[in-house]
Order: sequence, then C-alpha cells, then structure tokens
Amino acid sequence: MQAFRLVVEYYNYFVTIFLMVAGLYVVIARGNMIKKLVGLAIFQTSVYLLYITPGKILGGTAPILDPAFKVYSNPLPHVLILTAIVVGVATLALGLALVARINEAYGSIEEDETFERDREA
Amino acid sequence: MTTVLPHLPALQVVIPLLGAVLCALLRRPAPAFGLALAVSWLMPVIAAALLWQVIQGGPISYHMGGWAPPWGIEYRVDLLNGFVLLLVAAVGAAIMPFAWHSVGFEIDEGRRAWFYCMYLLCLAGLLGIAITGDAFNAFVFLEISSLSSYVLIALGRDRRALLASFQYLVMGTIGATFYVIGVGFLYLLTGSLNMVDIAQRLGPAWAEHPRAIVAALAFVSAGVGLKLALFPLHVWLPNAYAHAPSWVTVFLSATATKVAIYLLIRFYFSIFGVAIAFDTLPIAQIVIALSIAAMVIASLIAVFESDVKRMLAYSSVAQIGYITLGIGLANQAGLTGGLVHVFNHAVMKAALFLAIGAVFYRAGTVNLAELSGIGRKMPVTLAVFTIAGFGLVGTPGTAGFISKWYLALGALDQGWWVLVLVIVGSSLIAMVYVGRVLEIAWLREPTPAIARASDPPLPMLLPILLLGAATIYFGIDTQWSAGIAEASAQALLGGLR
Amino acid sequence: MTAVQSADSLVPLAVLLPFVGALLIPLFRRRPNLREGVTLLTATALCLAVFGLLGPVLGGARPETQLVAVAPGLLLAFKVEPLGMLFALVASSLWIVNSIYSIGYMRANNEPRQTGFYVCFAVALGSTMGIAFAKNLFTLFLFYELLTLSTYPLVAHKRDAAAIRGGRIYLLLLLGSSLALFLPAILATWVLAGTLDFTPGGILAGKAGAPVIGMLLALYVFGIGKAALMPLHFWLPAAMVAPTPVSALLHAVAVVKAGVFCVLKIAVLIFGVETLSDLGQSAWLSAVAGVTVLGASIIALRQDNLKRRLAYSTVSQLSYIVLGVAILAPISIIGAAMHLVAHAVGKITLFFAAGSIYTASHLTEVSQLDGIGRRMPWTMGAFTIGALGMIGLPPTAGFLGKWFMLTGAIATAHWLAVAIIVFSTLLNAAYFLPIVYRAFFRESAAGEHGGEAPWPIVVALTLTGAATVAMFFLPGLPHALARLTIGM
Repeated sequence: MQAFRLVVEYYNYFVTIFLMVAGLYVVIARGNMIKKLVGLAIFQTSVYLLYITPGKILGGTAPILDPAFKVYSNPLPHVLILTAIVVGVATLALGLALVARINEAYGSIEEDETFERDREA
Repeated sequence: MTTVLPHLPALQVVIPLLGAVLCALLRRPAPAFGLALAVSWLMPVIAAALLWQVIQGGPISYHMGGWAPPWGIEYRVDLLNGFVLLLVAAVGAAIMPFAWHSVGFEIDEGRRAWFYCMYLLCLAGLLGIAITGDAFNAFVFLEISSLSSYVLIALGRDRRALLASFQYLVMGTIGATFYVIGVGFLYLLTGSLNMVDIAQRLGPAWAEHPRAIVAALAFVSAGVGLKLALFPLHVWLPNAYAHAPSWVTVFLSATATKVAIYLLIRFYFSIFGVAIAFDTLPIAQIVIALSIAAMVIASLIAVFESDVKRMLAYSSVAQIGYITLGIGLANQAGLTGGLVHVFNHAVMKAALFLAIGAVFYRAGTVNLAELSGIGRKMPVTLAVFTIAGFGLVGTPGTAGFISKWYLALGALDQGWWVLVLVIVGSSLIAMVYVGRVLEIAWLREPTPAIARASDPPLPMLLPILLLGAATIYFGIDTQWSAGIAEASAQALLGGLR
Repeated sequence: MTAVQSADSLVPLAVLLPFVGALLIPLFRRRPNLREGVTLLTATALCLAVFGLLGPVLGGARPETQLVAVAPGLLLAFKVEPLGMLFALVASSLWIVNSIYSIGYMRANNEPRQTGFYVCFAVALGSTMGIAFAKNLFTLFLFYELLTLSTYPLVAHKRDAAAIRGGRIYLLLLLGSSLALFLPAILATWVLAGTLDFTPGGILAGKAGAPVIGMLLALYVFGIGKAALMPLHFWLPAAMVAPTPVSALLHAVAVVKAGVFCVLKIAVLIFGVETLSDLGQSAWLSAVAGVTVLGASIIALRQDNLKRRLAYSTVSQLSYIVLGVAILAPISIIGAAMHLVAHAVGKITLFFAAGSIYTASHLTEVSQLDGIGRRMPWTMGAFTIGALGMIGLPPTAGFLGKWFMLTGAIATAHWLAVAIIVFSTLLNAAYFLPIVYRAFFRESAAGEHGGEAPWPIVVALTLTGAATVAMFFLPGLPHALARLTIGM
C-alpha cells in the first residue's frame, strides 16, 4: 500500500526518471546515429516533464487573472520549457542534418562503420 | 552617450546576435566578413567599458526588459565575469583578421557568409553565458553557442569533421541537459532561477533537503564538466579541435571551454558557496583528482600524437586540468592561479593554434612528420609558436609561468607538496611534446613540399604576433591578468556576494 | 647625475646591450663584415659598461635597479654583488676574445647559418649578464632558462642527426632539471623565507631545520644542471657536437660558469655559510662533488677525442668549485670564486687550441696529435699553459684557486677534501701532460703538413693564454672581489 501511494504521488517523477534513463541508454548503446538522436530527444523530453510537474497546482487554472479564480498554475516552468523545446528541436534538426551529411560522405550512418571507413582511407 | 551606457550589458549580447542575422541576410562573404569584423572589434570596447564601470563602482545589475529580478532576467557583471567577457571579446577581436584568408582557404565560397553568421551566433552565446545572472538563461545561451559551434566544426574540410561534430553534438547535448536538470533541482528547491537569489535561499534549503542539493551539484558538475572538457569528459574535444577549420579551433579553444569554466566557478563559489561545495562535500578531492589525471594522462597522450592540432587539443585538456586544479584548491593563491590560467591559457593556445592555422594555410598539412624545416620557411610564425610553446611549459618570462607559480603556491598553502611535483611533472611532459615540434620545425632540412612555404600575409601574421607578444607581456606585467584574477578570487572566496 | 646614479643606470644597460646587439645583427645578414662588426662593437661596449661598474663596486657601492614587479615576491630586479661583478667581468671580457675567435673559426670552416649563430651568442651573453646581476632568485631563474634556450640552437648548430640528438639531451636535461628541481626549490624558499632576495648572510637562517635545509640544498645543486654535478653531467659531453666557439661559450664564458656561479651565489647569499655549517650540511655535498671530481677525471683519462676529454675535464673542474663551497670555510669560498675565473680563462684557451687544430688540420683525436706542436707552436704553447692551469701548477691562475681551497680544507680539517684535491691533481696531470708530450716530443706522421690556423684564432688563444699567466702574477682584482663576496 505504501509503495502504491509512493508511485501514485510521484507518478510524474517516475515517468521522468524512466524516460531519462531510457533515453540515455539508447544514446550510449546504439551505434545507429538516427537512433542515437531518438534517444537524445527522449532524454531531453524527460527534462520537460521534470520542470512542468511542479508548476501544476491541483485545482489551479491557467494563469489568466480573473476574479472567478484564486488558484493558478505557475506559468514560469511552462515558459522555460517552451524555450527548452525550441532548443531541443533545433538540436534534433541539426543532428539530423549532420547525419544526412555523414551518410553522403561515408555511405553509412552506423558509427562503427564510419570509423572503419576512416581507418581504411 | 548617456542613453547608451546603461544598456551596455544588453548590447554586449544583442549586437552579435543581430549581426548574425544580418550576416545570414547578406549572403556574400566580403560584407559578412566586414560585419563580423566590426562587431568583433566593438565587443571588447563594450566589455572594457563594463569592466571599467565594475572596477569603479562595483557590480552592475541590468534588468532585461525592465523586469525586476528574481522574476525577470538579470544581467549581472562583477569583476569575475567582466574579466571573462573582456577575455572572450578581446580574443575574438584579436583573431578576427586572421579569418579572412584562413576561412577563404578552407571554406567554400557559398558557405562563408553562413560561417560568419555562425561565428557571431556563437560569440553571442558565449558572451551571454558570461553576462547573465539567470541560471536558465545561461542554459539557453549555452545551447546557442553549442549549436553554432557544432555547425562551425562540421564546416571542416575533412569528412571526419562531420563525425567529430556529431560526437560533440551528442555529448554536448547530454551535458547541457544534465546542466538543466541540475538547475531544475535548484528551481524546485528554491523557487528561483536568479543566481543571487538561489544562493541566498540555498542555505535554508540545505538544512531541509541536503540530498537534493547534492544531486543538483552533481548534475551541474557533470553537465558543465562535459562542456569544459574536464577529464574524463573530454573525449569530444580532440576530434572537434583537430578536424574543425583552423580558425574555429582557435576561437573555440580560447573561448568556449573558458566560458564553461567560468560557469562552473560561478556555481561552485557564488551559488553553492564554499561552505557547501568544499567544506561539506568532497568537491575539492574529486576535482583535484580529475585535474591530476588530466594534467598527466592528457599530456602523455599529446606526446604521442602525430597531428599537431590533435596534440595541442590534448594539451588543452591538460591545461584545463591546471585551471580546475586551481578551482579544487579553493584557496586564495590556488584560485588566483586557476583564474589567471583561464586568461593565460586562452592567450597562449590561441597563439599556438593561430600559428598552426597559418602553417596549414601555407603548407596544407599539420602532420608533424611533414613539417620538417617549416621554421626556416615561416620563421615569424614558428617563432611565435616557440614562445607560446614555452609558455605551455611554463618557463619564466611567459604567461604560463605566472599561472603555475600561483597554483604551486596554492598547493603549498594547503600543504600538498605532492601537487607541486604533479604540476612540475606535467610541465616536463609539455616540454617533451613542444620540444618534438620545435626540433622538427627548426632543425630538420625543409622538404620540397615545405620549401615553397613562407610566412602568411599580414592580416594573418598580425594576430599571431599580437598574441605572441601578449604571451610574453602577461608573463612580465601581470597587473591586468593576475591582478584582476586575485581580486576575483578574493571576492569568490569571501562567500556570497 | 652623481656617480652612484650613473652606476645604477649602467646595470640595466649592461644587461640590455647584448639584446640590442642581437636585434641589430640580423639587419646586416647580407654584409658579414658589418655583422661581425656589430658583434665586436656590442661586446666591447658591454665590457666597458661592466668595467664602469667595477669602480663603484670596489668602492663599496651596490648599484641596483628594479624593472617591474611581476607578482608579489616576483620582482625583475638587478643588483651588483661582488661575486656577480667578478662573473660579469670574466664573461664580458671573454666574449670579446671569443668573438674574434668565432670570426676566424666560422669563416675558415665555412659554417652555415652564421647570422643565427651570432644572434644566439649575443642573447646568451645578455642572459649571462642577467644571471650575474640578478637581485633575486626569480630574476636569476628567468635568465637561467633564457640562457638554456638561447644556447640550444648553438649546440644543435650542425643540424645533423648527432647534433640534433646532442641538442635534445642538452635541452631536456637542463630545462628538465631546472623545472623539476630548481623551481620547486625557489618556491619552497619563498614559502619558508618570504623573500627571494640575495642577502649577505643568507635568508634561511633559523627558518627551517637541518633536514629541510639539506633537502633544499640538494634541490638547488642538482636543479642547477648547468653545474654538471654527477649524475646530471652527461649533457656536457653530449653538447660537444657543437662548433668549437660554442664549446668555449658553454665551458668558459657562460653556461657551466653560470651553473657554478648560481651554486656559489645561492650557498653564500641564500643559505648563508654559517647556516650551512651550523646545520652540518657540507658532508654529503663534498662527497658528491668529490665523486664527480674523481669520476670525471678517470673518464677523461680514457677519452681519445680531444674535445670530449676537455668536456670531462670541465665536469671535474666544476666540482672543485662546488667542493670549495662545500668545505664552507671563508677562504675556500674565495678559492672557489678564484677558480671560477681561472678555469674560465684556462678552459677557453684549451678549447680555442682544440678548435685551432681542427681548423688548421681537421684533427679531432688525441692520438693524431703527434708532433703537432712543431707545426702550430702558438696553439700548442697556449694549450700547454691552459693545461698547466687545469692541473693547478704555477705560474698559472689555476694554482691560486686550488691553493686557497686546499688551505681552507686544511684549516677546517676537511681531510677528505684535501685528499680529493691532491689525488685529482695527479689525475689532471695524467690526462693533460701526455697531450703536451705528444705534441712537442713525438715525430709527426708522414704526410702531415700545414701551419697555424687563421690569425683571429691565433690572436684569441694567445690572449687568453697570456691572461692565464697574467692572473697568477696579478690576482688582485679577482681576489678583492672574492673577499668582498663573503664580507671580508
């Protein structure tokens, strides 16, 4: 029962940790560069969750001042994460562009194969 | 003038940012270069004016968009980051003239305007990290500078530049994300992102949630450590430096890692504070152990490198070890040594990479075996390389000696005389790898391929000479380098601002 | 402007002059005569400047200037001590002679890269002046390193595989030992004493116990690799690949002299003779010096190459000076200072003679020298005088230094030192006299011909040979300066 409460209470955080570790694992364990980027994106996404979670206040509404509401969610984390999402998208786009160029130059996007080709050259 | 002066902190970042956009619109290399040059030369003026204001009247606080901190973003300049701003801006200004020929030689014409665009973006990011007083804003600038530097590195001629850039992208993103996780913890704990504000609220938070603060410290250390290439998180650096275009290597080696080091110092000393980071947690022991490893192992690897750029890159990892050693010592002399080495190493490494860039421009290779007798064909360039090389070794009369003197004094102040031996030992290894180049460059007969080389044109030669002269100048007159470093160290160790 | 002020301004002038010369020399690289003219002019001007300082120093003044404060405790400053005065006199006078000799040697042997040669030479001399006049350990260390770096291209002058190898050993050993041992010693001195200034009586009295002082002394004497104490001596034979004027520079004018000078100056003005003798730190030092004296002499006996024999002789003679310090009697330190001068003048004569033989007839081995004295009477005459000086026989300057050291050793009952001095004198005779005997009393091999070397070479070696004898009869000046050094 105790364990169940813990999971429910910190549900978002458990998801965060799972995504974080899974993403990092993919980055490290996969040699395929596209998969690496997918892992990287998952890893970054976990951080979005980490920031947004505490900004949500139970019963709170969007932070638009109105006499009818007293409790608002904290807008700052959302704003921060909007920025972080932009950064993440930019990183992913740049990464994919690089992978495309690597594919042109090496004819492969497997990390070990590209190293192999440099050694042959 | 009075309308501009209060907004200097914003202009420091906004001008290069706008310059980058303009460069992208200009599309043609010559005007883009002109714009980049103008912006680069304006930056140290602004930075010097800021530093001057700080020296005269204490720290400057600038409220971005008029929003008061801690809600709005604060730009805050004190002695330490004023010093870093001036360093980054001055290095950028000094090496910019070199870019015209070097970039013209290494980058296709259609991409040159984009190159300058990316450079200005990177400059804006680096200056932004240094100037901002907001931990999350620092992350954004960190990513601006990183993303543009991935592009800059990928512009290298060799296809391996692409791999190096990708490798750096993956590791750099992990580092930045770690950093932002750490900042997230701090935000959860204190409800603030303003550095001064966090620092003030961290004391009470420590009593309640010490473990969360330890986690925050660990994430920030690992994240920023990746960016500054703290051993063993340095693996991206040698490839990136070796395959990037010559000029990019100069710029990144002199500024990017230095700004990351600044950020680490800011977090350790200004935000977490000496009491938490050093007196309670074993940060000092960890950082010093890693620094020693960097100073010894990376130097040893440098000895066996056949590519001069790679050799210098490993040497950078070792020299960063000196700086982090100063951070780990966390006493007056040691921290002064670390901070002054931020400056001195930037100057010396820029001189070395510039010289090697000029060699590549003339000889088309940076492979040590193919550089026989290059000194006789490019005497001025190699003379500066020699001077800066001895600076790395730390011979007296060069800037490198000053750093090592302070670091060794700092080690002795702690009673760790073994560290003195490590510092000395690492210098000896540096002597070997520098000596290898000098011997081949000066004493061997020039090969036919080298025989056509000569000293580069004046716009390339002047920055080389300037930085070579600076290597000696800051070894003799240390009022501006060690003087400011000492005052900054005093302020940092004096606890929170 | 009073006399004292003018003396003060002479000090930086003396240090700067050679550097100015070094800047001017490349301007005349297409006009060799003008270029050598600049060298000679600079050397003469330097010598005059140094002699200009002599009067005030003998009169009790200690001219000094401070250039810049690099960091707290690290001052770039000069102050003329009697000992430094003596060293500067020797180096600056010998530079003139050595320049005359170089001109003859470099031209006769068609050596390449002569401009670079003269530039490095001038920088080396400027560094030597900086060492001689250093007011503190930092300044000394700065110029010590500069001397190493400026002589490295000279050692590797020939640029062939052997020269590159010799240069590598030279650089690694000298730079390495100074960074690894000398620098930490300076650092420790700063931490212990809070100053780095050379002070009569020393700055370490009462600052640390015997073990620490002993460690520090060891760091200094081995860190100063230029003093060539065993086992850090092997750079000196390795550097024998250099042209002869460079060997003369290394052995007589600047490098090794700078090494023993530093040891002397540090022993007297940093540690203080009394501190050292109170703490009983002389025994191990005399043992190391003694081993070096005897060991190097024995190695010298077995060398057939003339220059290598001379090199090992230098290693052994230098340790006499260290031994003179280790005896720690005032009179033996006077002897050490005298020997510094005597060895400089004597050894430069020997190297000049070796180079003269090489230039005239391209002989390098002792076994080839049969009968050479008859063809080259001036050269071998001077060689004989130099050899007598090394052995320490009257009427040469070498006798005086050994005599003072011996007197000091006997007065302080240092019987080990006495034995070393006496026995090594026999060894010296054993490796020098056979050369003289061969040169004058053996028949030369058939087909050998040729006469003396070019006149600048002969003039130079005659001058130094004469000086060796003159110093025996007129030892007043070095003796006076040496006495002033230890405050007598």
